[in-house]
Amino acid sequence: MFVRILAAAAALAFAGSAFSQEPIRIGAFLAVTGPAAFLGDPEQKTLELYVEKLNAAGGVLGRKLQLTAYDSAGDAEKARGYVKRLIEQDRVDVLVGGSTTGETMAAVPLAESAGMPFISLAGAVVIVEPVKKWVFKTPHTDRMACEKIFVDMRARGATKAALISGSGGFDKSMRAECLKVAGKHGVEIVADETYGAGDNDMTAQLAKIKATPGVQAVLNAGFGQGPAIVTKNYRQLGLTPPLYQSHGVASKQFVKLAGDAAEGVRLPAAALLVADTLPAYDPQKKVVTAYKQDYEGRYKQEVSTFGGHAYDGLMLAVAAIKRAGSTDKAKVRDALEATQGYVGTGGVVNMSARDHMGLDLSAFRMLEVRKGDWTLVK
Amino acid sequence: MIAQTLVSGLTTGAIYALVALGFAIIYNASHVINFAQGEFVMIGGMAAAAFVEAGLPLPVAVLGAVSAAVIVGILLEKLAIEPARGASVVTLIIITIGASILLRGLAALVLDKKIHPLPAFSGEAPIAIGGATLLPQTLWVLGATVVTVAALWWFFNRTLTGKAILAVSHNRLAAQLVGISVRRVLLVSFGLSAALGALAGVLIAPISFTSWDVGVMLGLKGFAAAILGGLGSGPGAIAGGLALGLIEALGAGYLSSAYKDVFAFVLLLAALVLLPNGLAGRRAAERV
Repeated sequence: MFVRILAAAAALAFAGSAFSQEPIRIGAFLAVTGPAAFLGDPEQKTLELYVEKLNAAGGVLGRKLQLTAYDSAGDAEKARGYVKRLIEQDRVDVLVGGSTTGETMAAVPLAESAGMPFISLAGAVVIVEPVKKWVFKTPHTDRMACEKIFVDMRARGATKAALISGSGGFDKSMRAECLKVAGKHGVEIVADETYGAGDNDMTAQLAKIKATPGVQAVLNAGFGQGPAIVTKNYRQLGLTPPLYQSHGVASKQFVKLAGDAAEGVRLPAAALLVADTLPAYDPQKKVVTAYKQDYEGRYKQEVSTFGGHAYDGLMLAVAAIKRAGSTDKAKVRDALEATQGYVGTGGVVNMSARDHMGLDLSAFRMLEVRKGDWTLVK
Repeated sequence: MIAQTLVSGLTTGAIYALVALGFAIIYNASHVINFAQGEFVMIGGMAAAAFVEAGLPLPVAVLGAVSAAVIVGILLEKLAIEPARGASVVTLIIITIGASILLRGLAALVLDKKIHPLPAFSGEAPIAIGGATLLPQTLWVLGATVVTVAALWWFFNRTLTGKAILAVSHNRLAAQLVGISVRRVLLVSFGLSAALGALAGVLIAPISFTSWDVGVMLGLKGFAAAILGGLGSGPGAIAGGLALGLIEALGAGYLSSAYKDVFAFVLLLAALVLLPNGLAGRRAAERV
């Protein structure tokens, strides 16, 4: 891919000589193209937008921010190459990026050995478990989504659930996490079906679930068009237990694809998705509506939770640099780990030496599709 | 459950059969395996969805989508296959692979990378028949496949153009000697294959949605069906498609759904090893 150096207005600022000091260098590697472009594209746009905004407001510690972003195209090997370059050649002060778990994990050893504060934007639990000294992450994990769903199932009196999942990376990871934590929440998985990528009919698998005795709720861990087909087939077969989808399809696109069949489907999602319907007292209300307005106003594109992860990554880094009072890497790392009560688009972040993500289940809202729109489940 | 599984298998099988027929027609006319066949399916679905989103009524959108695919098919023949007509069959096959990548890229660029729905042709209220519930669209898929197969039979057996295509497939040189324009036959068969693929794409889109990359898997499955049935055989392609759909559905329903795609490709390998001419293929006699 082409190298894209985005010196967001920094060059102009130098010319004005208002800032004589070195800029603060933010290094990013994102899947802007390729199969994970739906992650990397809003992430990059968000970083560009907010680096510009922060600079316009006078920068950080009196220094300008300079964003250096590379397109790793969802490829772990490319990510490793770019991270090496960011650390050794571009001499960045903090790393933000890794749209996918694969890219992130390829960068982890480099960041660890170089002693580089690194905030990942990818989902999997393995990134922060076990805790790695220099690695943090902003998105909630699929394990949290499973737990949120199981808690809701129990609240509705269901203890026996069926699982149906796709065969993609996201689907598989979430399936494994759900199987792991189901017991902890008193939910028994009585059926475990899967479907392939690009399958166009899941009635065979759903008929099997229908024939399984005692199923009280069904959970579909999936991504892309699969969950919408599952939802349609679910109504076609007249299955009545409550259907849960994952945060992977928490977008208007899902409701549009599944149409009327989506009615009554529940799924866990970040607050950003329901920014407009959040009550005024919600701690996240302010930050998510502001981000939504900024992003949609600038790019004329619906906001996504993925862009929100990048927003949180950048803001966490900036806050840590402010608290550290310098870009000294060890100090910034310590400040990141000491993050308390940061309110972002993904939730309220409280980090510690044992938790480099800092989110709890309150980061997810349980939503239900009613009349073709999301409503908050109380 | 068995009824549900059979219905599901037949629906998918009918789509595979249409794609396989497209493979068969081009193979017959040129001995080329057209790996861009899946992209015709994609163009059908994507164009129809785009037309509907632009506000056209569904029947117009469907006709427009099929016509668009036919134009692409004819252009593919004119611009990519015809200039290379002296080349070996393997070269032509590689050209079709290149064309499929190009078409996919163009679709992602010109349309977009999102998944698109297409409204069902006649509502979405499920119909219960003998323990199975099916969508009205399923009946459309099965009905349209039957009509198409009948129309194809008529075309190949009762019209001059159809007979000309058959003649070329049997003996190209002899066909040329009696005055059949091989070039025209090739054009017609590419157009026809594109129409079949696009029809499959339009029929399945309300059930499974459509996106810029649906052609890859449907193309491969259609190819597996064509091989299973015997390359170049019309009835074989239909039998192969239906068999493949049923085996997949039964496998997913009764064995393990994790290996749904595996069944299709294991079957393809088995067919290639044990039954190289397929269920209905001709014995190819190699003359020395």
